[in-house]
Amino acid sequence: MTQTPVTTFPADETLTDERARELGHELGLRRDEYDQVVEALGRVPTVSELGMYSVMWSEHCSYKSSKVHLRRLEATSPRILAGPGENAGVVDVGDGLAVAFKVESHNHPSFVEPYQGAATGVGGILRDIFTMGARPIAVMDSLRFGDPTVDGLGPRSRAFQRAIVDGVVRGVGGYGNCVGVPNIGGETVFDDRYATNPLVNVLAIGVMPVERLQLATAEQVGDVAILLGSSTGRDGIGGASVLASQEFDEGLEDKRPNVQVGDPFREKSLIECCLELYDRDLLAGIQDMGAAGIACSTAELASAASMGMDVDLDAVHLREPSMASWEILCSESQERMLALAHPDGVDEVLAVAARWDVPASVIGEVVAGDRLRLHRRGELVADLPARSLADEGPTYDRPRERPAWQDGYGIVVAEDLPIPGLADDGDLAGFVAKFLASPSLAAADWVHGQYDSWVRGGTVLGPGQGDAGVVRLPGSARGIACALDGNGRWCELDPAEGTRRVVAEAFRNVACVGATPIASTNCLNFGNPERPEIMWQLATSIEALGEATRTLGIPVTGGNVSLYNESRVGGSDDPRDTHIWPTPVIGVLGVIDDAAMAVGQAFVQEGDVVFLLGDETRPGLAGSALQAYLDLPLGGRLAPVDLDLEARLAVVLGEAARAGLLHSAHDISDGGLVAALADSAVLGDIGVQIVPTERKDPAQLLFSESPSRVLVTTPSDSVRELARLCADAEVPLADVGTVGGTTIDVQGLLTLSLEDVRDAHLRGVPTAVDPSLVTTATGEVVT
Amino acid sequence: MRVGVITFPGSLDDHDALAAATRGGAEGVGLWHGDTDLSGVDAVVLPGGFSYGDYLRTGAIAQHAPIMAAVRAFAADGGPVLGICNGFQILCEAGLLPGALLRNSGLRFVSRPVFVTVERRDTPFTRGFDHPGPWSVPLKSGEGCYHADPATLDRLEAEDRVVFRYLPGDNPNGSARNIAGVSNEAGNVVGLMPHPEHAVDDDLAGGDDFLAMFAGLASDVPEHESLSR
Amino acid sequence: MPRVAIDVLLKREILDPQGRALERALPGLGHGEASDVRVGKHIELDLDVSGDELATTVESMAHDFLTNPVIETYVWRIIQPDERADANS
Repeated sequence: MTQTPVTTFPADETLTDERARELGHELGLRRDEYDQVVEALGRVPTVSELGMYSVMWSEHCSYKSSKVHLRRLEATSPRILAGPGENAGVVDVGDGLAVAFKVESHNHPSFVEPYQGAATGVGGILRDIFTMGARPIAVMDSLRFGDPTVDGLGPRSRAFQRAIVDGVVRGVGGYGNCVGVPNIGGETVFDDRYATNPLVNVLAIGVMPVERLQLATAEQVGDVAILLGSSTGRDGIGGASVLASQEFDEGLEDKRPNVQVGDPFREKSLIECCLELYDRDLLAGIQDMGAAGIACSTAELASAASMGMDVDLDAVHLREPSMASWEILCSESQERMLALAHPDGVDEVLAVAARWDVPASVIGEVVAGDRLRLHRRGELVADLPARSLADEGPTYDRPRERPAWQDGYGIVVAEDLPIPGLADDGDLAGFVAKFLASPSLAAADWVHGQYDSWVRGGTVLGPGQGDAGVVRLPGSARGIACALDGNGRWCELDPAEGTRRVVAEAFRNVACVGATPIASTNCLNFGNPERPEIMWQLATSIEALGEATRTLGIPVTGGNVSLYNESRVGGSDDPRDTHIWPTPVIGVLGVIDDAAMAVGQAFVQEGDVVFLLGDETRPGLAGSALQAYLDLPLGGRLAPVDLDLEARLAVVLGEAARAGLLHSAHDISDGGLVAALADSAVLGDIGVQIVPTERKDPAQLLFSESPSRVLVTTPSDSVRELARLCADAEVPLADVGTVGGTTIDVQGLLTLSLEDVRDAHLRGVPTAVDPSLVTTATGEVVT
Repeated sequence: MRVGVITFPGSLDDHDALAAATRGGAEGVGLWHGDTDLSGVDAVVLPGGFSYGDYLRTGAIAQHAPIMAAVRAFAADGGPVLGICNGFQILCEAGLLPGALLRNSGLRFVSRPVFVTVERRDTPFTRGFDHPGPWSVPLKSGEGCYHADPATLDRLEAEDRVVFRYLPGDNPNGSARNIAGVSNEAGNVVGLMPHPEHAVDDDLAGGDDFLAMFAGLASDVPEHESLSR
Repeated sequence: MPRVAIDVLLKREILDPQGRALERALPGLGHGEASDVRVGKHIELDLDVSGDELATTVESMAHDFLTNPVIETYVWRIIQPDERADANS
């Protein structure tokens, strides 16, 4: 390929084909991808162009490995106002209101620099939400770390893990608290599989009047491009591709300069500024700047409008004037947006920005045609078809192969476990108390006690108060509920069934608070897609995700894929040991007509009747928390979840909540019955007496994680009505006990003092993760 | 009764404070940090948040905002001024209240409901409480450890200027003498770390124990009543 | 233009929980020899004034804005380019 450039570029931008190919390779472009760039341009790329293509065509930006599979998630619903491909999904929730929500990962950056990685993860997903026109009203976080209770070597050392946990939690809180968006829940999981690759997934929710939805459809030739927000510096140059698409190795320190630094104070001003611009109808389009900042936002806005754009890089406010054009284009400096305004409105836009003290610069103009042309110091430095950069990147249907190790899981005997205290008439209560103190099962108060969950005055159920978070919408009695769930162990065991179960759980959690689930989002955290086994896990999981969300009527409105989540730091040669558990994290959104009727987890009143709604207890120790706690090899078979039963169960829970029949509802999941009882009893500060009605293996009764089961409590005068609702919906119910007393009692098996359980439950996490201090439940520091 | 709530850059709970004032029966009036007058309001609230990102020190930059001159004059004239969390920090930085707020002794941001007792019920912000409590109210702050030198603390106690106190044994941030809120000498300027505006609606997670604060404020008040006793 | 460095510490009588936490952590990292740890702030700025005016300006800035005299104390000095804390970055 020796075509000569059709335009002349400055000398420092011009490359020979050979040099460009070499540089492209270093930037992560494959040989055939480089050829595709040359074909799109009809010549050898300039330095700036090469930088832009390498970032935009990275896995992180282009979804090149997952795109062919994600198509299977497509779904339509009259409620969906914006679906996959937009910055966030948007659904109509009635009363003229629309809700935007999405979850995104910041896994790799959070390993490299936990505080800033997590903080900028929050900032990034919030920008996705307000880019759509919505005011952010809640965030949730799904965190997975290594196991801080065991002290291994290097990154597996306790100190290393604690530093990651500490930094990530401070980062999520530091950003969210300062930007003024309440955290309403999530999950915190500790598992050695995430020791060198923590998962930091953050979901954000926003609300807007339906008519404020910002879709890039109003653009016209002559519209002015305005860069709003922070100055552009060298943060995270190439970070998206370098940090998000390369496996980690030992050279962590070297990658630090690529870390972006967040400024939540600036983000808060930016939110208020953008919302005012929307309300005054001053914008024709807007795009947030994430990975590949200016390159990506200009290309996407131009491509979406099927137009071109001329951009003057000299107008960009820079932190360091010496920055090269490619650095300006690829910078990931945070808290920046690109807005398009009609020329007549530009002065007004700048005035609004000035009022909020948000720096703003006019940097370009929408032009006819399809070219994105970028200028620096009066000279053209890049000239390319916008669409080729934004939408025409490579896609791969990578080879898939069911891993040989799957067979091994099926032959493990998982359902008959030697539980200390059960088999030998020993101290079962002592064992259960210790089990409940394991950090993944213990109360996460230490985590969300560092997050503001009240700001903006809508929080009905905050973190840990219900199976889902519930926020009342401004100016309305209506509320939204949201749950965020994952379970890597289930999905490793069986990506299809595991994914179905996770979807069912998130769906069920939303139903438990009394809301009607209406839509879903997801964050797919997987290993290296170039390995056929991993690709098989991903494709299998996506297929199950599509099927389950369609069956349950919670269409996928968008999502995020995070690949290359693996590391060789562990030193094991076993192929199984180099990837994280495949971890699709599912967010389900629900609507509740009267938010004040939302049902929490806490037991409320002495004498309330405890019912088990839904399925009976089935063998459910495969992949369970108990299996992990006993340090047994992962294995067994997951009992299939009955999605039709889940749907009926949700109907009953919704109707019962609306009728005010329920005092509490909590599904049985991780840790089984004992964990569910402990959550509700500790939160309500009241005991419970369970009289099992099923003749089952005691281990299954106490610890099974089989799906479709919900514990509800109801005052005795509501029992008949609840029974009628269940009968109408053909949902089994069993009277299993009574709320009251100062013990958690499972007749014939177990008696635990509430005080012991509370202590175990509340101290489990801080004891495991707080490096030098133990903070008690009241915040007092024990030194 | 018109209650003005100042929005500084980085204020977060301005919206909630306005809603709480309204819920208490007053008219909420938004005030802007860059303004130089208080639009004739009858009381002023400096809300919670992270004004100027808490950069330099909490409240240090906001106390120099143009509107603060008007707040000082209003306070000197006996006008009721309430600082919540960051607002409390601003009032301390501005010298309108004694002491300072330090980093929490546990070095972590603390977000949870706390119980406080209302130690003095004759300020414009506490006259609505019919008993000393304890009352439940959300606390959410990283720098909420109240500090003043021993002489100042003694004087505050002697002059009955400790308005809110955490329960003994449940001090969330290491505040001196369990102090959650104080007043100026005249009693018309009050600051506290917990967030009363998040405790005005029983349908929400924060409950409504502090609706009494806003209802009391909104109740019939002689204009700029003198509170010195 | 002179460059001024201002170092701010909490007053001696005020508990510095951050410093205390570091002090407790250091022995575990093999630095048992460290004691009396205090954590503060370091501020640098260029000032377009000179002579007597320089000291007055810095003092007023530090006292009225950069520190809170209720809890903090400070020292300042003029520094050379190679004394910037970020000189080696």
